[in-house]
Amino acid sequence: MSTATSAQAPAKSGRGTLYRGNEGQWSWVIHRITGVAIFFFLLVHVLDTSLVRVSPEAYNAVLGTYKNPLMAVGEVGLVAAIVYHAFNGLRIILVDFWKGGTKHHKKMLWAVVALSVVTVGAFAIRHLMLALGGH
Amino acid sequence: MSTTATEPAEGPSKVDLGAQGGGTGEIPSFDVTLKVRRYLPETSEDAYWDEWTVTMYGTDRVLDALHKVKWDIDGTLSFRRSCAHGVCGSDAMRINGRNRLACKTLLKDLDLSKPILVEPIKGLPVEKDLIVDMDPFFQSYREIMPFLINKGPEPTKERLQSAEERERFDDTTKCILCAACTSSCPVFWTDGQYFGPAAIVNAHRFIFDSRDDAGDMRLEILNDKEGVWRCRTTFNCSEACPRGIQVTKAIAEVKQAVLAGSF
Repeated sequence: MSTATSAQAPAKSGRGTLYRGNEGQWSWVIHRITGVAIFFFLLVHVLDTSLVRVSPEAYNAVLGTYKNPLMAVGEVGLVAAIVYHAFNGLRIILVDFWKGGTKHHKKMLWAVVALSVVTVGAFAIRHLMLALGGH
Repeated sequence: MSTTATEPAEGPSKVDLGAQGGGTGEIPSFDVTLKVRRYLPETSEDAYWDEWTVTMYGTDRVLDALHKVKWDIDGTLSFRRSCAHGVCGSDAMRINGRNRLACKTLLKDLDLSKPILVEPIKGLPVEKDLIVDMDPFFQSYREIMPFLINKGPEPTKERLQSAEERERFDDTTKCILCAACTSSCPVFWTDGQYFGPAAIVNAHRFIFDSRDDAGDMRLEILNDKEGVWRCRTTFNCSEACPRGIQVTKAIAEVKQAVLAGSF
């Protein structure tokens, strides 16, 4: 058994460790990150959509710049964030207001993950075929 | 001794205690490396990690290892403990990243191939080493009025209650106010105004007590943006509770009671 050698992450003067929470903590972290990401998307979305009031040409020009492979992949990421946030939001409502919610929260999280993977997978296949296929 | 990289703090025992009969067998001993997050405001403003290797026995707990260090090696190591048997709630600390009572965490249940990390609980100001300022925690506890309020005439004998009525809040009577739940809550770490799980658990204990008349007052106190609605259901509190109280469930029941009362 090793003695006095810090094989593990924190050095002598290093920072404290992360709290080792389980599914509940990490589902919340992802929920918060996706929520903030969606907020920034909506901010940009409101701005670019309102351009149509300035001039339709400016609107078309801005939307034209979105039509490239990088944005197509970005859109898949956006949909993934929205889908997880939506399904997990329903799970949180059930945890709060359904009698068995707190007992089954982990199972519900895996259901959220499974539903999200299926939904985003199906969307990604169709979206990337349309966006990158050059139909 | 087998070693697994990510073993839960209270996973199955990995130390073979052997077949001992009659209590005369020798208790196995092993070396344990303890890595403690130290903070000594007299000497340095920064916290740092200190490490000791001590020989402990199969029946020892993390608290015994801390005692051994404090009594035999470094007397400046500071931590709270009173009863040392899981009743007083003094020695909540973060062991291998999770809130635990040092007196209820057996060394043999931890992964001993790596140092055992011991840190103070989060979200409360550290005063020295593993000792934190518990005042904000108890302030929230006081605010929910943790005592029986009954407006009826004083009875001459005990206030009667059916077994079912008692069962309704049985789970939340188990709280020992160790702060393991409140200091495991990510919301509490960043928002010290949040009442925190422990205060809500103790409000739950009276809100659902048939003998108590001030449930509505407590629900009003907790129907606040720093009250039950701050809870984000991360379940860290339920997993941290050394008494096995289903904390998140209790908070959800208070949320439902707030809604039921306001319509």
